[in-house]
Amino acid sequence: MPAVSKGDGMRGLAVFISDIRNCKSKEAEVKRINKELANIRSKFKGDKALDGYSKKKYVCKLLFIFLLGHDIDFGHMEAVNLLSSNKYTEKQIGYLFISVLVNSNSELIRLINNAIKNDLASRNPTFMNLALHCIANVGSREMAEAFASDIPRILVAGDTMDSVKQSAALCLLRLNRTSPDLVPMGEWTARVVHLLNDQHLGVVTAATSLITTLAQKSPDDFKTSVSLAVARLSRIVTSASIDLQDYTYYFVAAPWLSVKLLRLLQCYPPPEDASLRSRLTECLETILNKAQEPPKSKKVQHSNAKNAVLFEAIALIIHHDSEPNLLVRACNQLGQFLQHRETNLRYLALESMCTLASSEFSHEAVKTHIETVISALKTERDVSVRQRAVDLLYAMCDRSNSKQIVAEMLSYLETADYSIREEIVLKVAILAEKYAVDYTWYVDTILNLIRIAGDYVSEEVWYRVIQIVINRDDVQGYAAKTVFEALQAPACHENLVKVGGYILGEFGNLIAGDPRSSPLVQFNLLHSKFHLCSVPTRALLLSAYIKFINLFPEVKGTIQDVLRSDSQLRNADVELQQRAVEYLRLSCIASTDILATVLEEMPPFPERESSILAKLKKKKGSSKLPDMDDSRKNVNGNTEHAEDAEVASKTPQFLLEELISTDRPHPSSSATMLPTRTMVPSHTFTDNLNVNSAPSSGASLLVDVFSDFSSAAPTESSDEHFPRFVCKNNGVIYENQLLQIGLKSEYRQNLGRMYVFYGNKTSTQFQSFSTSVSSNDVLCSQLNVQEKPVDPLIEAGAQVQQILNIECVSDFSDTPVLNIQFRYGGTLQNIAVKLPVMLNKFFQPTEMMSQDFFQRWKQLGAPQQEVQKIFKAKNQMDTDVTKAKLLGFGVALLDGVDPNPANFVGAGIIHTKTTQVGCLLRLEPNAQAQMYRLTLRTSKESVSQRLCELLSEQF
Amino acid sequence: MIKAILIFNNHGKPRLSKFYEHYNEDTEQQIIRETFHLVSKRDENVCNFLEGGLLIGGSDYKLIYRHYATLYFVFCVDSSESELGILDLIQVFVETLDKCFENVCELDLIFHVDKVHHILAEMVMGGMVLETNMNEIITQVDAQNKMEKSETFIFQSTRQDR
Repeated sequence: MPAVSKGDGMRGLAVFISDIRNCKSKEAEVKRINKELANIRSKFKGDKALDGYSKKKYVCKLLFIFLLGHDIDFGHMEAVNLLSSNKYTEKQIGYLFISVLVNSNSELIRLINNAIKNDLASRNPTFMNLALHCIANVGSREMAEAFASDIPRILVAGDTMDSVKQSAALCLLRLNRTSPDLVPMGEWTARVVHLLNDQHLGVVTAATSLITTLAQKSPDDFKTSVSLAVARLSRIVTSASIDLQDYTYYFVAAPWLSVKLLRLLQCYPPPEDASLRSRLTECLETILNKAQEPPKSKKVQHSNAKNAVLFEAIALIIHHDSEPNLLVRACNQLGQFLQHRETNLRYLALESMCTLASSEFSHEAVKTHIETVISALKTERDVSVRQRAVDLLYAMCDRSNSKQIVAEMLSYLETADYSIREEIVLKVAILAEKYAVDYTWYVDTILNLIRIAGDYVSEEVWYRVIQIVINRDDVQGYAAKTVFEALQAPACHENLVKVGGYILGEFGNLIAGDPRSSPLVQFNLLHSKFHLCSVPTRALLLSAYIKFINLFPEVKGTIQDVLRSDSQLRNADVELQQRAVEYLRLSCIASTDILATVLEEMPPFPERESSILAKLKKKKGSSKLPDMDDSRKNVNGNTEHAEDAEVASKTPQFLLEELISTDRPHPSSSATMLPTRTMVPSHTFTDNLNVNSAPSSGASLLVDVFSDFSSAAPTESSDEHFPRFVCKNNGVIYENQLLQIGLKSEYRQNLGRMYVFYGNKTSTQFQSFSTSVSSNDVLCSQLNVQEKPVDPLIEAGAQVQQILNIECVSDFSDTPVLNIQFRYGGTLQNIAVKLPVMLNKFFQPTEMMSQDFFQRWKQLGAPQQEVQKIFKAKNQMDTDVTKAKLLGFGVALLDGVDPNPANFVGAGIIHTKTTQVGCLLRLEPNAQAQMYRLTLRTSKESVSQRLCELLSEQF
Repeated sequence: MIKAILIFNNHGKPRLSKFYEHYNEDTEQQIIRETFHLVSKRDENVCNFLEGGLLIGGSDYKLIYRHYATLYFVFCVDSSESELGILDLIQVFVETLDKCFENVCELDLIFHVDKVHHILAEMVMGGMVLETNMNEIITQVDAQNKMEKSETFIFQSTRQDR
């Protein structure tokens, strides 16, 4: 007998549905629906009380109308009334309506909660299940507040029915996800772990899901689950399939539970206990062995279930990354799947191999499959699979195969689906840079990229090629020649014109000796593209022209004529007009010397992480980048995590822009195309480059913000970022899942001003936001921090700014603490962050001659005035980095004072309100021993001490 | 976690939609349309997995689907779910529907959408898999039907419908 008999449905509902289905047009359908809505509305409003059956019927109609995509703005009350019916069917339909239609912040929640409460207390398992389902499906905060403490009790109570236990476990899991702060941990946790031993496999499955989620948040509390999970898995894997009866699915024993258990084990490192470990290894080997056995059924369901377990076992092997033998077996197994006729298996094999490629034990083994993967890229009919192949090629790329892989990716790019082109472009650009042995190959590759997929080449990519060309003089001539040739093409992409304009403007002289690329030819070639380009590109070309005037005096007249033409001088675009006027004027009045100084070749860019990589990370999310440390982090990822990551990836960008724009007034000369000592105002193009490559304070900020966000790990401890602020003033000082705090500060003499940016990373408003700065008693008298009021509301995704005014009264060694308090959802959040206000912030650098230095050094010779510390280098010993840190620390660096050029000598004055303290320092690196010796002499012992403490932590 | 379960026919008409994360009505309809658009243009014999659309969560999400005759069954899941496991789950769902409705067809889903919801509720709860054992699921559904029968019998005779 069918479980649902078709005859006993509601006739009115069936008639209504048939009417809708018979509608010939959309209009007719809408008309019929509106008629029905009016009918139901009048029935609900009418004087005659409706019986349960009618209510149920109308609610079903509303559900159907809702499914068709129409808003339902009434009926909620009737549904809530159905909840308190004691007829099962009415209650059931009421709950259904609510879980489909009720918004989690509806006003009705209180009424609904009331009904749920009654049902939970009813001891009727069917009613309890309905109530638990409703809580799990709606999952709102109010519900969590009302029931979070009851559900653990139901879950572990001895007399609870199995089906209710299952529901309770998942209900608790859901509440833990939506409102983790409301679910009390406690003695029930130990008993939940023991559910892994339960008789009923459905209960075990639900409990495993719950424990997996909880274990991700507090692994220590659930450590004991590992041995139980291994034992359970072992029993399943070794059982004859009949032992598990109903949980055997197409001859595979409890595949679902096996998958869940293997996932749970991925929350932990390999077990330390030897016997447990060997038992687990045995399980994994058995699973791998089974894959080689002939299938017990030809049905696809059989192989699916079997392979679901197998892939999860492989994921665990990769996660443990400790048994070379298993890793190689896993790799071989995946290799077989790469050629399997089932597309699904090929897809999954490519995906798993991607993570396998980052293990040192199996990287080589993965590389042996390169030909198969390349052929997958060429022959797969399915874009999903091809995308996985691209990912895997990227992951397996190293120095030995980079040329082949880049070439294959480039050739695939010509026919690639539009949806994945940009990503391939980024990957090619990164690989080409990372594995470039000779940079001519790199330049060729990038120009090919622009030729093949110019539209998908983002700014980061072409900025980067320019940075690299400028930094490497061995490739400049080649680059100039190559772009010159590429520009000959009748139609070339605008991005190529940009790169070409920039490079010829800088290095056109390197190829000007050849009459085929004489200055005039170069200029005419560039100018032939001018009129086809957008405004920013034209602006760039104008800058290239003025650079030409400097490089090649012989074309000066031609270029001046161009600049003088009406289409330039009277251009409707202000930017272009301004450039034309200024450049023309500059070329007329400046002497050759001045011109040569103003239009000097660009200085090298500071080396740093590629901004392209940051872009790719942002695009793909960290989980897709196999060469990153946290590539496995999301293996058991849950929704909140993913959402947080997404918000996180937006916020720093936002903060970055904020900080950079406030940074503008500081001239940063070296990255602009024209050095700023000229009076030429900065232009959009140069600004664009600036944003991406500004050196000095802006640059370090940029890198830090990017690296913060790429690691995507929210920092809980507020101290972690603190030391970094000793030598710099801007950046992110604190970040957790909710809030990001950025700082920008300026100091002059004994005064300072700090701009604090609070960014709300969530999609919920922060309320009652308030801050206070606290100092201990000693510090209170030494340092004044006065805070300006801050907005008590921070909207979702928004950022507010607060100003702190700081005054240094006398020298100090403690740290003020910024206390932040706000309401997120219902709970009060408290955060304390150490404010990076240190004594060295009040440094004023002092330049002095060698003679003066030694004289003062001797004057400060009293034993208590000198502090010396010898310490081991924590970071790589790099002269430039050290210099930058000392400058950031606040002293002036004095060249030529120390007879040994490897040593650093600096001087400065600490300004406090009461006094000024002169400071001299000397830092002697010993590269061989990887040690430093730091000596500080100041007129005040406490100052020497404190400065030494602060500075010695920086290397 | 399963974020949403969608069933629609070859023309994109939704036959069931169940979201385990809250969206407003418009977004839900958009997600259904987008998902149909993504899934329906794929050939048979390609793989059953597909990187998620833009609306439902970005790169961490996948659409896992099966196509049966006139209907698409689509589960939208995050990376914590096993892809093949979800395929199995869809199969269990369909086999269960088939048993409950005796040779299930699209019309059954249209006229008994409440029943389909109830069956699904026995398998998936709050986005997590509750039960995969078909016999267990059917036992629960049977029990529901018995209760329903006993109740409808009492008051059906006295009413005219519409």
